[in-house]
Amino acid sequence: MRNFISDRARIIPPSGIRKFFDLVLSMDDVISLGVGEPDYVTPWKICEAGIYAIEQGFTSYTSNKGIESLRISLSRYLQTEYNLMYESDSQMIITAGVSEALDIAIRAVINPGDEVLVTDPIYVSYPPCVTLSGGKAIPVPCDEKNQFKLLSETLIEKVTPKTKALIMNFPNNPSGAVMEKSDLKGIADIVTDHDLLLISDEVYSDLTYSGKHVPAATIGDLWERTITLNGFSKSYAMTGWRIGYLCAPDEICEAALKIHQYVMLCAPIMGQMAANEALKSGNEDKEEMVREYRMRRNLFVEGLNRIGLPCHVPEGAFYAFPSVKETGLSDTDFAEQLLKESRVAVVPGSVFGEKGKDHIRCAYAVSREDLAESLRRIESFIEGLK
Amino acid sequence: MDKTDLLILKLLEENAKIDTQDLAIMTEIPTVEAESRIKVMEKEGIIRRYSAVINWEQTGYTPVLAVLDLKVSPERDFGYDRIADRIARFSEVKALRLVTGAYDLEVLVSGKSMQEIARFVAEHIAPMDRIRETATHIVMKVYKENGDIFFEREVGERLPFSF
Ligand SMILES: Cc1ncc(COP(=O)(O)O)c(C=O)c1O
Repeated sequence: MRNFISDRARIIPPSGIRKFFDLVLSMDDVISLGVGEPDYVTPWKICEAGIYAIEQGFTSYTSNKGIESLRISLSRYLQTEYNLMYESDSQMIITAGVSEALDIAIRAVINPGDEVLVTDPIYVSYPPCVTLSGGKAIPVPCDEKNQFKLLSETLIEKVTPKTKALIMNFPNNPSGAVMEKSDLKGIADIVTDHDLLLISDEVYSDLTYSGKHVPAATIGDLWERTITLNGFSKSYAMTGWRIGYLCAPDEICEAALKIHQYVMLCAPIMGQMAANEALKSGNEDKEEMVREYRMRRNLFVEGLNRIGLPCHVPEGAFYAFPSVKETGLSDTDFAEQLLKESRVAVVPGSVFGEKGKDHIRCAYAVSREDLAESLRRIESFIEGLK
Repeated sequence: MDKTDLLILKLLEENAKIDTQDLAIMTEIPTVEAESRIKVMEKEGIIRRYSAVINWEQTGYTPVLAVLDLKVSPERDFGYDRIADRIARFSEVKALRLVTGAYDLEVLVSGKSMQEIARFVAEHIAPMDRIRETATHIVMKVYKENGDIFFEREVGERLPFSF
């Protein structure tokens, strides 16, 4: 028999996180700081709207772009919340999560041979999605000594005549880094001067702890060359509903919509209706969750530094990204031994690329009790290494 | 009273036994400051006391609860306040509120048995001057109290399938 697997499917590596999680699933009494999603259940008002949608018989397809009322609320929300302007009918698509939005964005703009810069530490989906379009993902290091921010000096070094786009993710998974307005200005200049496209994954935009998130598209002339990706998964604890969105200038949006209509048709209707409710009445619950994440971050990061795992204070998302270098173990060995010996699951940083090395990602979206217990376990694990 | 005080109160209301040092780290202030803020709020009577939320039903020592609705003729100069003050002093009375609608006062009464509650209402509340009418509702089951839901529910487990 022939080998039926395509070259592209063959060259994308299996997810490094997945292998690790299989191990977690096979063990008992594990405290998992590995899962990159909120520990909250979706706020009840939002769930009710989803249940109501099903009860009312809203179980069909929607328009490819997504239901109009959701797009209108979203357009208004982005404007009032972030001064970010997108037309509801020609500049946005409701997608099955940011995951799908990322895929169709890349497919809409990348040709084989194009180089695509990705911020490193790298969210695990970026390089495979670029590869599937025949592009080449080029990591742009974001150093710990700059709080994992993207610096314009580093970016410029990686730009070549083949560079087509930059994929950027702030607040960042896994580092928790954020980019302020002043940080973004230099990036905007380079992107504009070199005629690049920016794909900005802002799925953690609502989870910032010192100052409001600044969408890249609001900086300088970036709007006309930016695809903004965002969604409801993290802000409203709605990961399972699979609702995200892509916003871009008309021409790009139209191209992405063509792909979306063929590969996804539309995002699930009950999810879209629940998302609409989230925009209407979810703000208080969201703020409550953000306040709790912030307190957990304070507790956990203080604890990590106390027990000897140096960790910068992440200003966004819900990840702490401490260094394990001083323990003498590689991040992979550290994570594996910690799991086996002390039953705490964290993600080895090297799955996020070169700049993730010697770090572990700990999602602090778990209860304060579990955070405290995991710190005790990590501390005694480190003691045992000495 | 500032934002930090409010946050401290919320945390204490949720768990009065929270470690002060943790509370200080969480609210981003020094521990001594957290201690002094709490002291001040205790002194001012903002923090009235520290108590536990108990699901008595589970212990088997279940007190009987009743909601008592009262129609009251208000007094010149005092309105409902004086009679409310008299009712509030009974140890059987756990909560007392002035409400709009058909009745004026809503009283939460607890007792060892239904008979005890009946006797308390008949002997101490109903005969009071100015009480025109009473309606007693025995509580059959508590679903939620002080923000805590008492249902035994299965919670969906988060599986490790995220990036
Ligand atoms: C940076 C980043 N982008 C996208 C996603 C995917 O989000 P969604 O649930 O909207 O597909 C995640 C989820 O972990 C993420 O961390």
